[in-house]
Amino acid sequence: MRSALNLAHNDENIGTADDPTLLKQAMVRVAEVQDRESFQFLFSYFAPRVKAVLLKAGSNESQAEDLMQDVMMTVWRKAKLYAPDRGSVNAWVFTVARNARIDLLRRASSRPYDDVYEIEMESDVASGEDEMFATERAERVSEALSELPEEQRQIIELGFIEDMSQSEIAEKLGLPLGTVKSRMRLAYGKMKSKLEAVR
Amino acid sequence: MTTQHHLDDATLLRYASGDLDSAFTMVVAAHLAMCDKCRKAARDAEEIGGHMMDHVAQAPVSDDAFERMMARLDSGADEQIEVDLPKKSAPDSDVPLPLRALIGDHMDDVRWRLVAPGVRKYEIQQGKKGESSLYMLNISPGMAVPEHGHGGAEMTLILSGAYRDKLGVFGPGDVADLDEDIEHQPIVEPGEACICLVATEAPTRFKDLIVRLMQPFVRI
Ligand SMILES: [Zn+2]
Repeated sequence: MRSALNLAHNDENIGTADDPTLLKQAMVRVAEVQDRESFQFLFSYFAPRVKAVLLKAGSNESQAEDLMQDVMMTVWRKAKLYAPDRGSVNAWVFTVARNARIDLLRRASSRPYDDVYEIEMESDVASGEDEMFATERAERVSEALSELPEEQRQIIELGFIEDMSQSEIAEKLGLPLGTVKSRMRLAYGKMKSKLEAVR
Repeated sequence: MTTQHHLDDATLLRYASGDLDSAFTMVVAAHLAMCDKCRKAARDAEEIGGHMMDHVAQAPVSDDAFERMMARLDSGADEQIEVDLPKKSAPDSDVPLPLRALIGDHMDDVRWRLVAPGVRKYEIQQGKKGESSLYMLNISPGMAVPEHGHGGAEMTLILSGAYRDKLGVFGPGDVADLDEDIEHQPIVEPGEACICLVATEAPTRFKDLIVRLMQPFVRI
């Protein structure tokens, strides 16, 4: 069986996470023993993705490189805050990148996303949900998204990756705002019905 | 206490993708602090972000990117944050955690300003330069919640007390996340004052107003 460490020494590009447990294992080793090889694995996996998202959201090359460094630094520093039973590593790194992007735009005195995460960590809603359960939820989300009609998928992508507001999306696609909203709701609704089966 | 009125799905997606401005983010976060159901839904919406990022066309990073990172770690910036952080605020706080940074730990400490008989207001963030505004209202029993929208979107979270409108009773934790064209006139329930947190979109600019007024005709 290939371990996370073997992969880290592999120079080939790392594809999508066929096996999300590799990412989770690496996170756990970074959190528990500050293992730099595991971090290298996470870095080679996420750095090009985080940078791609930052570029698509409008950063220039050097801003994206610097902000990516900050995001990956936060991944290292906050590794212990990642809770495997609450979601995938992918989703967690996405939120770290999202929060970094928002911090850059706003000089805010409050940190609502961090606070909600802290509440989530402390709540016992997830008791009875084990890691397998969280993994299955993440898989269902992927499944639902890959089955979406293009017109819905595009709107989700513009919102989540290109960092466009609903009104910007409406303008770009020449659609009324209400149509953008209803397509978003449709897309999310499909995901929810898939998730209901897991609940 | 069971929450009856939740966030709209489109709002959850906007929160997860980081599309909401600071005022609306705060109202959503305060509701999430009070509502397990929506918090779970928000986690699912964040999985969408994870999936999208996982499948994005990767951008090459600079050759020395990882070395740079290691140099930062070696310079002592690598101190990890511990999970058991000291609690940010008093355990006896009656204010949702995200809001404490803005108004303090206790609702009693809010310095209300009387704006109309039976209506007190506390301005948290003024909608300057096209930003949304964020404020709290404290309305006496039996009073109508004043019209505060400008035709733009607004979101109201009940922190204590309750009001009633044609959509039903809104109690602590309930959020009115309504489309802007819904007409409603909430009246505070008898008994205790209703305290709520409100975000409203920036006042509509004159030009937008003209466009808005024109729309019914354009559609014909
Ligand atoms: Zn809710």
